[in-house]
Amino acid sequence: MELFTQLLTAAVASGTPLLFVTLGGIFIEKAGIIQLGAEGLMLMGAVTAAGVYLATSSLPVTLLAVLLVGGLLGLLHAFLTVTLRANQIVSGLALTLFGGGLSAYLGKAITGIPLSGAVPKFDFGVLGQVDLFTLSSLALVVVLQIAFFHTSFGLHLKAVGDNPATADVMGIRVQGMRYFAVIAGSMLMGLGGANLLMVFSPTWIEGMTTGRGWIAIALVIFARWNPLGALAACWFFGFLDTLGFRLQLAGSTVPPYFLKMLPYLLTIAVLILVGWRTQHRMSRAPQALGIPYIREQRF
Amino acid sequence: MNKYRLELDPSGRESPWWVTIVALLLAFSLVAVFILATGKNAATVYAKMLTGAFGTEFGLTETLVKAIPLMLCGLGVSLAYRIQVWNIGAEGQFVAGAMAATAITVYLPGLPAWSALPLMVLAGIASGALWGLFTALPKVLFGVNELIISLMLNYVALQALDFVVYGPWRDPAGKNFPGTPAFTAAESLPVWGNSRLHMGLLLALVAVVAAWVFVQKTRWGYELRLLGANSEAARHAGVNIKSYAVLVMLLSGGLAGLGGMAEVSGVAHRLLYGISPGYGYTAIIVAWIARLNPFGIVVSAVLFGGLIVGGYSVQTLGLPSSISNLLQGAVLFFLIAGSILGKVRVRRREAA
Amino acid sequence: MDGLPAVEFHNLVKQFGTVLASDHVNLSLAKGEIHALLGENGAGKSTVMCMLSGVYRPTSGEIRMNGTAVKIHSPKDAAKLGIGMVFQNFRLVQTLTAAENVVLGDSSPFWRTRRWMERKTREIEALALRVGLPFAAGRPVARLSVGEQQRVEIVKCLYRGNSVLILDEPTSVLTPAEADQLFATLRKLKSEGKTIILTTHKLKEVMAVADRISVMRKGQMLATLDRAQTSEREIARLMVGQDRSPPKTRVPREPGEPLLIMDKVTVVSDRGRHALDEVSLTLNTGEIVGIAGVAGNGQKELAEVLAGLHVWKSGTITFREFRWKGPSVRGSIKQGIAHVPEDRMISGLAGGLGSVDNLLVKSYHSDERANLGFLRTALNRLWSQGLVEQFDVRTAHLDAPVKQMSGGNQQKLLFAREIHQRPHLLIAVHPSQGLDVGATDAVHNLLLGLRAEGRSVLLISEDLDELLLLADRIVVLFAGRVMGEMTHERADREQLGMMMAGVT
Repeated sequence: MELFTQLLTAAVASGTPLLFVTLGGIFIEKAGIIQLGAEGLMLMGAVTAAGVYLATSSLPVTLLAVLLVGGLLGLLHAFLTVTLRANQIVSGLALTLFGGGLSAYLGKAITGIPLSGAVPKFDFGVLGQVDLFTLSSLALVVVLQIAFFHTSFGLHLKAVGDNPATADVMGIRVQGMRYFAVIAGSMLMGLGGANLLMVFSPTWIEGMTTGRGWIAIALVIFARWNPLGALAACWFFGFLDTLGFRLQLAGSTVPPYFLKMLPYLLTIAVLILVGWRTQHRMSRAPQALGIPYIREQRF
Repeated sequence: MNKYRLELDPSGRESPWWVTIVALLLAFSLVAVFILATGKNAATVYAKMLTGAFGTEFGLTETLVKAIPLMLCGLGVSLAYRIQVWNIGAEGQFVAGAMAATAITVYLPGLPAWSALPLMVLAGIASGALWGLFTALPKVLFGVNELIISLMLNYVALQALDFVVYGPWRDPAGKNFPGTPAFTAAESLPVWGNSRLHMGLLLALVAVVAAWVFVQKTRWGYELRLLGANSEAARHAGVNIKSYAVLVMLLSGGLAGLGGMAEVSGVAHRLLYGISPGYGYTAIIVAWIARLNPFGIVVSAVLFGGLIVGGYSVQTLGLPSSISNLLQGAVLFFLIAGSILGKVRVRRREAA
Repeated sequence: MDGLPAVEFHNLVKQFGTVLASDHVNLSLAKGEIHALLGENGAGKSTVMCMLSGVYRPTSGEIRMNGTAVKIHSPKDAAKLGIGMVFQNFRLVQTLTAAENVVLGDSSPFWRTRRWMERKTREIEALALRVGLPFAAGRPVARLSVGEQQRVEIVKCLYRGNSVLILDEPTSVLTPAEADQLFATLRKLKSEGKTIILTTHKLKEVMAVADRISVMRKGQMLATLDRAQTSEREIARLMVGQDRSPPKTRVPREPGEPLLIMDKVTVVSDRGRHALDEVSLTLNTGEIVGIAGVAGNGQKELAEVLAGLHVWKSGTITFREFRWKGPSVRGSIKQGIAHVPEDRMISGLAGGLGSVDNLLVKSYHSDERANLGFLRTALNRLWSQGLVEQFDVRTAHLDAPVKQMSGGNQQKLLFAREIHQRPHLLIAVHPSQGLDVGATDAVHNLLLGLRAEGRSVLLISEDLDELLLLADRIVVLFAGRVMGEMTHERADREQLGMMMAGVT
């Protein structure tokens, strides 16, 4: 029983950073924009968190800085893809490469310095200790679930992502909604990186996200663009990830390298499964995903 | 109301060539801000990078050595990008090629040069192509996004690399060093005089010419160009789109695999941990900056090779070598923005 | 105030480049009337409708509502004035429910509880039922039939309290029964004082539902007629106009052997409907057969099946005494079928490539153009240069991207490529669309030239003048069926107009 609780706690700890990024990805994709810069945003979020916290020892300041950095990089992506209508894939790749380079550059001085006790934990009795990030990720799931499905904002967001031309005719500000979604979602992605650094592995190392940003993008598809689905997908993923890690500790005869491959292979398997299942059905993906919106010419 | 408005050039012309230069300058200026923020003189740093990469014979050959994998991987991804197949798995395909070439030395030791090198080349290409196929098949069979699959496969390849260099292939005499035993002379690509510049450069240049001939001069290359320019027109001409997605992934992977082979056989002379410092990712920018043109890729590969070498050379000034990664990302950003802004024209509004 | 017309157009002009899409149009719509706007494609109906709904801004002229001049610069402006438009391709978000589509754009209330949505759904269903256009408002639009989707669009306008309804080709997507239902509703709305303006090609419907009928041709408003005082024949004559083109050198000649025999071919369209319904058609060597009909009646599918791009469900196709087993683009090309598709820049030419590459599209497989897989580059350039000169294509140089050429030159390039194959059959779809007079003449001469050489042409066009000028026989397609056939000598403009509108 104790082992099981331990496993579960570890699964949540490993799944929560993914959850932030996946939720951010859902937000952005709902508006019809692809954000492949998740990996770069996570790295930037992590290095910002490490740097600012080491300098100020203030959690609120740290979180604000992370949100600011994520928002600024999101603004950049939004400007390129929404206003300039650049290729969303290439812009996202650029963000990942740029974020990777910049975080390594900025984080050189603080590499290997551990942060400890940065994030408050709350005691929930039987459930054990729950840290601030986990708690707020749960709140975020609820907030987004309501915002997406029970507000006029959610309805408009869906219209913008599925059929921007119709949304425009109905008086919805397509470009504005897209900017908002990209910036807000990118902030969440940065927060995911901060969470990874401040809770999961509290030492900045160059490239510490090891593909988690990309996995989160895959999980967006697995979660079918639904916040509750994202919760399930990320925790499930965290569970399998933890399981591999535990097996390794338990002295499994399988070389650790193969266990480390698991998350990536699993992601591929999940994508193939989803692809195979939705082959002959309408995908739940936003229908205008990746297509820049150009308003009909008015003379 | 504004009297002027911005609009995109309707003729759809490519943005002018000088946009690339401006984008490069802006990227360097942006990074200069970061350099200044750490209290260093940006001009000194850039001067050091320039001399480090191109100013000495050693620097120049090192730059060319780095340009070889960039050329091969960049050439590979450029073929895929031509028809909007987003292969970002060159890194994994590179590693797969390096591992397969090494496998020849491990399992068929003592072969003479005339058979060892061709076999290694073949193994490198074949295994890179196979790695590319793993991305292509889910895409054409189940419509799975190739971006994520190819990226995930990079991590799988890197773990496989770690496994062999820490495990079965580790040099017993290497004192726990994560690498295979050194290759014999017969298993190593010939080098240029006393430098580290190896025959891989020749292979890469041959590949560049071959790719150009393939794309511009052959029927299949023609179909590829047609598909890239207008897939609907290609359908009307009877071109099978899915088989081309497979073909470009095979070619793309094969070229990256050859790059991996050249790196182990020509530079490292053994397979070791972290054999690629991210060549597969830099190659994406190399291809994009060259606008997917094979000869342009030669130029941009040398440029980015120089950037990597220059990045190493400023470490003596107390700057991290990751400054070259930072520059790469910035260049790509300004290039994207520039390629579109270069087409924007200011127009007077017509009187209503 | 009741005597004032609900909507008035005063000398409304809309200019696109040098073309007058709407040439000083005057029109007045009374309160509580159903007004039909008729005309061939390109007559300017859509332009006029789009100016009223705020999609286009008039170049000059004025729109008045209830006697007051109004400015309509955007769909939002139109909505504020109570003007709602039902577009031919619906403005609906397929993934949302019908009710959600109806309330889309309303920001308040911000919170949308399930109960609120249920109440709205019931309200909307009640409204729909009241006007006689029921649909399941709780269902995603994607799961509604096309007819039901149109109902959602109309109810959306009514929900917003619009007093002027614009319907663009409302019956083109409906079954006859659904159309009757729609007309009943329109009459009901009329009795409630709504002003309804609709476009259609179908004369029968016009006579059934409209109070007044306005006819447009080439951007001009020809006449407004009272239904009670006119006839289908008079309207048809107004619509298609008189023959004004000078006759060209068209030598009568006897048709040869049968080349293509289609027997009861049925094609299911991408949307699941029967795009072609047991179409039988024979084409002989050395003749031009025109396919007349309003777009969307199966012409596109006919062309695609013959080009090897589309499967057919039943029936047989025999070409040069060879019976086809299935669609094959390469097969069609090899057998000598050339295809000038409808949208030249979408499916005909690759805009980013130069003239040489675009000329090679159909012939790069041949030994003449390629050797052992290698293109004969130098030879192909010479060959392209020859074709470009022969067909008088004006281009900066052979490698300049073809998207930089004018429409006429693009079309000539396309024809050069297709005709050069020396095809047994050329399928030309709207070949002169968007071309000026000179380029149109050039295209017509090319088609007549093919015929003189004993080759066949399947000419799909909406332009009756073009068909009457060139075709040996004209076959009319309507709703995927052959409505009738006329020889060149006995072709009658009015009767063709009636057949195109579904009247036999």
